[in-house]
Amino acid sequence: MSLAVLSKKFEKFWSSLSVPGIVDRIILGLRNTFLIALIGFVLGFVLGSILAIFKLLPNNKRWCKFLSKVNDVYVAIFRGTPIVVQLLVAYYFLLPLLGLNADGLVVCEVVFGLNSAAYVAEIMRGGILSVDKGQTEAGRSMGLNYIQTMFYIVLPQAIKNILPTLGNELITLVKETSVVSFVGAIDLFTAFNYIAGRNYEYMIPYLAMAIIYIVIIVILTIIIKIIEGRLRASDRR
Amino acid sequence: MIDDNVHNGEFLIRVNNLFKDFGKVKVLKGVSCDIKKGEKVVVIGPSGSGKSTMLRCMNLLETPTYGEIWFNGKLLTPVDPYLHFDVIRESDTYKCLMINAHKDFPAVSPAELDLKVIEQIKKEDLLRKREGKNYSRAIKQIFEKNYQDVNLTRRKMGMVFQHFNLFNNLNVLDNLTLAPVKLKLKSKEEAENKAMELLRRIGLEDKAKVYPSTLSGGQKQRIAIVRALAMEPEVMLFDEPTSALDPEMVGEVLELMKDLADEGMTMVVVTHEMGFAKEVASRVLFMDEGIIKEENNPKDFFENPKDKRLIEFLSKVL
Repeated sequence: MSLAVLSKKFEKFWSSLSVPGIVDRIILGLRNTFLIALIGFVLGFVLGSILAIFKLLPNNKRWCKFLSKVNDVYVAIFRGTPIVVQLLVAYYFLLPLLGLNADGLVVCEVVFGLNSAAYVAEIMRGGILSVDKGQTEAGRSMGLNYIQTMFYIVLPQAIKNILPTLGNELITLVKETSVVSFVGAIDLFTAFNYIAGRNYEYMIPYLAMAIIYIVIIVILTIIIKIIEGRLRASDRR
Repeated sequence: MIDDNVHNGEFLIRVNNLFKDFGKVKVLKGVSCDIKKGEKVVVIGPSGSGKSTMLRCMNLLETPTYGEIWFNGKLLTPVDPYLHFDVIRESDTYKCLMINAHKDFPAVSPAELDLKVIEQIKKEDLLRKREGKNYSRAIKQIFEKNYQDVNLTRRKMGMVFQHFNLFNNLNVLDNLTLAPVKLKLKSKEEAENKAMELLRRIGLEDKAKVYPSTLSGGQKQRIAIVRALAMEPEVMLFDEPTSALDPEMVGEVLELMKDLADEGMTMVVVTHEMGFAKEVASRVLFMDEGIIKEENNPKDFFENPKDKRLIEFLSKVL
């Protein structure tokens, strides 16, 4: 393909951006992609931490064993099915079943959060186990209870250890948002798909989409590195 | 008949008939010892003899398989009344419970109360037996009344570990203030003043804002000791505090421990430092194979040991 054709295609794409509503659509898609990824990540982080603690409770009481089983079942369900399937089940089965009326975007945020929780739970469990047992013992020996010891001593250290993996999870979430069109939500992917389908011109819109994804991920990576550097302050010698 | 010692405050810690299994390994096989207020008890013994386990049972970092831990006249070990019922009536525990029950019913004399409670238990027993059960609710109730939450007790028992276990995510000052502040025993300001005072005492006030990873072993252990002191404990438990230190740094830690002993702190020390035992201890225990084989004042303990295994042990380490 000659450069002239390519530049013509690019001009076509560029001019389509000036059509009213197109840029708004891209911005809306960008916003939704961020919204789903971030809300999903925060929800997944909180829920995943709780699930990880369920699994690590001292295994001597009946309710502890029950909570540990809850974790097992939860992880099995959400790791055992593709996220598209979870979205479809939530949107087309659970919502009508419960008689709820929710926007596709909200469903996406919640389902991404629940899905991410299953992965974060396992990551977090590894992180908590990587913290020396002596830290817990020292905390408990001073009269702090299990939750306090977890919250003030173990979790901060665990999170520091698993930050690279957590960053991975956030990046995966951003990329996985590209499936939300299955339940009618608009994200970056749907926005560019719309532009491409509008003039049957696929080359440049898809390239632009790829570049935008890469830019987002690179920015996120830099932010994660900065946070990691801050948390590593206690390691400096 | 009734043993008053637990209750008039003479015994700070009472370990009664303590057993601990790790799976099939029996680590403690019936250990009993009493620790009086102000006493400095040093526990020595070969590795694997159960001395650390006994210490860790005292503040329930390990849950005993069987037996009781008392602290300040309160029972710490979770008691399963169904399990204990057969042995309970003849045990010290039962007698102690009677005295505590007496505090709730001051009008009744202990002997009378004793009889009354026994009567009640017998009656309930009969009822239970008819229902095919063999425990007594009365016993359970008395136990529950005397049982104290272990988190409350641990505040009064400072513990120092072999590997220091300073909180790696907090700086030195926060290490000292975390527990007092979070448990709402002190305001942040009070806790910080107290922490700085303690750091000044060990000459490390300039390290208040640094993280533990930058400190030497000796500094870490001294900070771990004052961290325990920041809770103003009634007793300090030391679990081989100098075993992980460079020989050069053992001195500074022992020095601080001697200071504490001179101030009248009640101490239980598991250690291999025989010099420290001779100098500071008011009583030395020798543990081997999960039981206390010999128990004496340091002079007789080291100069005139009786147990065969102890003689052998001392000949190797001295």
